[in-house]
Amino acid sequence: MSFSVSPGEFFVIIGPNGAGKTSLLKVLAGLQKAQQGTVTIKDKNILKYRRRNLSQIMAIVPQQIEVGFPFTVADTVIMGRSPHLGILGMEGENDFYIAGVAMKFTDVAHLADRKLYQLSGGELQRVIIARAICQQPEIILLDEPTTALDPAHQLKIMDLMEKFRREQGTTIIMVSHDLNLASMYGDRLLLLKEGRVIKTGETGAVLDKELLEQSYGCRMMVDESPLGQAVRVTPIPDKYLHTY
Amino acid sequence: MPIGKKIILTTLLLSLVLIVVSIIAISAGSSGVNFEETLAILAGKNRPNNATATIIWQIRLPRVILAAFVGGTLALGGLVFQALLRNPLAEPYILGISGGSAIGAILAMLIGLSYFPGVTIFSFTGSLLVLAFVTILAGTTQGNTMLSRDSLLLGGVMMNAFCAAVIMFLISMTRSFQVQHILYWLMGDLATLQKEQMPILLLVLPCFVVIFILARPMNLLLLGRETAAAMGINVKNIVLLLLIITSLMVSIIVSLSGLVGFVGLVIPHIFRLLLGPDHRLLVPSCLLGGATYLILCDLLARVLPSSGELPVGIITALIGAPLFIVLLLRNRA
Repeated sequence: MSFSVSPGEFFVIIGPNGAGKTSLLKVLAGLQKAQQGTVTIKDKNILKYRRRNLSQIMAIVPQQIEVGFPFTVADTVIMGRSPHLGILGMEGENDFYIAGVAMKFTDVAHLADRKLYQLSGGELQRVIIARAICQQPEIILLDEPTTALDPAHQLKIMDLMEKFRREQGTTIIMVSHDLNLASMYGDRLLLLKEGRVIKTGETGAVLDKELLEQSYGCRMMVDESPLGQAVRVTPIPDKYLHTY
Repeated sequence: MPIGKKIILTTLLLSLVLIVVSIIAISAGSSGVNFEETLAILAGKNRPNNATATIIWQIRLPRVILAAFVGGTLALGGLVFQALLRNPLAEPYILGISGGSAIGAILAMLIGLSYFPGVTIFSFTGSLLVLAFVTILAGTTQGNTMLSRDSLLLGGVMMNAFCAAVIMFLISMTRSFQVQHILYWLMGDLATLQKEQMPILLLVLPCFVVIFILARPMNLLLLGRETAAAMGINVKNIVLLLLIITSLMVSIIVSLSGLVGFVGLVIPHIFRLLLGPDHRLLVPSCLLGGATYLILCDLLARVLPSSGELPVGIITALIGAPLFIVLLLRNRA
């Protein structure tokens, strides 16, 4: 497969379960080696980067987060400064300032002293995004950040990412199961199936009825969203097939 | 409070406690407690041929120093392994150190070697052999799970179980008067230290420094290895370095003191309950706290029985377990 993402782009990777979306994201993050081929960031092979330097450029919001140890929200967010710290790893005033701004941006500043395990799913996700922002990256990778959230919280997370991208020019690469979120927020999409790229391109071109039906293996309705400017994808349950 | 200040304050406070407890331990003995005389002797103002001075310089002070090093190292070892394996039940012996070193020590005793250097060298070698085996086993696991927590844990537990069987076999086969010595060694015994062994203790000091520098990466490792990598940590190298450094210092200590139990398990938990999960704070705290705790336990092991002394390992658990339960309940409330 071959594709490239431009600076400042909102790029969404979609595809059915087991398509290899998360693996692809890990390869892009340099956490896994590609079986073949190379990932290049700023004209330099990702494997040539030192882990620390890579983390100064790129932040990752993982699918699952460990909350077993009783770190507070403030502890967790400031950890995002790690790749920028000296050998003893002591944060300075500037680091606390950056963490404070990040927490305000994702609306978790009021939770600063709470423990991670006391948070709701939406709050926890915003803390992890604050940590990623605190890393001051040029690229943020997100692995299904909205899967466990209700619609309002899904939109809150997505709006946050969109706002951050607009203000900072950050590149966003996101894996998502939600085709409508992909449609509304993505600039360009990549449709993955069984480890192969089925199609990559403008949102409207990838969210094609036939392509989606073939890839996901169910009937789909694709039409203009009533909100305009985006397509709407509706998977069709069996009991509605006859009316369709 | 900024973390730097917090570290300095905590370290100062715990150092003060350590010094006070040390002086008490040096002052106390079968001949009663005499602070004034002890302080005078420690300050170098003693009359020549003073018997108490000889006891303090030749016996009690080395003993207190050994207890401090053993307690500090074991507590720190437990802290590192609990973070590395992300398992609250991890203790410094978990990777097979106890089993390997015990077999070595028992063999040396049965052959009739002296405590130093014979038993020390045998137990250190045994420990390293088992460690190497467990690490290589975990390192050659298929896939990208190199040195995964589970393979390390299972390898260590299995090796310890196997070694325990060998130990029981050795003990049951022997009619030697050494059995008492073996049992004391297995429970941890600070009475066998000889002054020539003291310089060996200095070997663990660089380990402390390295672990303190790696305290922040350890914080990140608690969040999972991938998350740590995503935040700039070279996970494989850090995990390997921590494993080797910690195992080495624990092996050195065990070869001098036998298997002092419970300090390495309970001290890290106590400080985590008191201070939270930040390792930059926990590393110096466990070091000083572990040292203080073992000096105190050793003092009790010396003065409680009307004659002779108890193995210190008995006291560590007798006090440590209830103390930990009280803290746990208090934290719940």
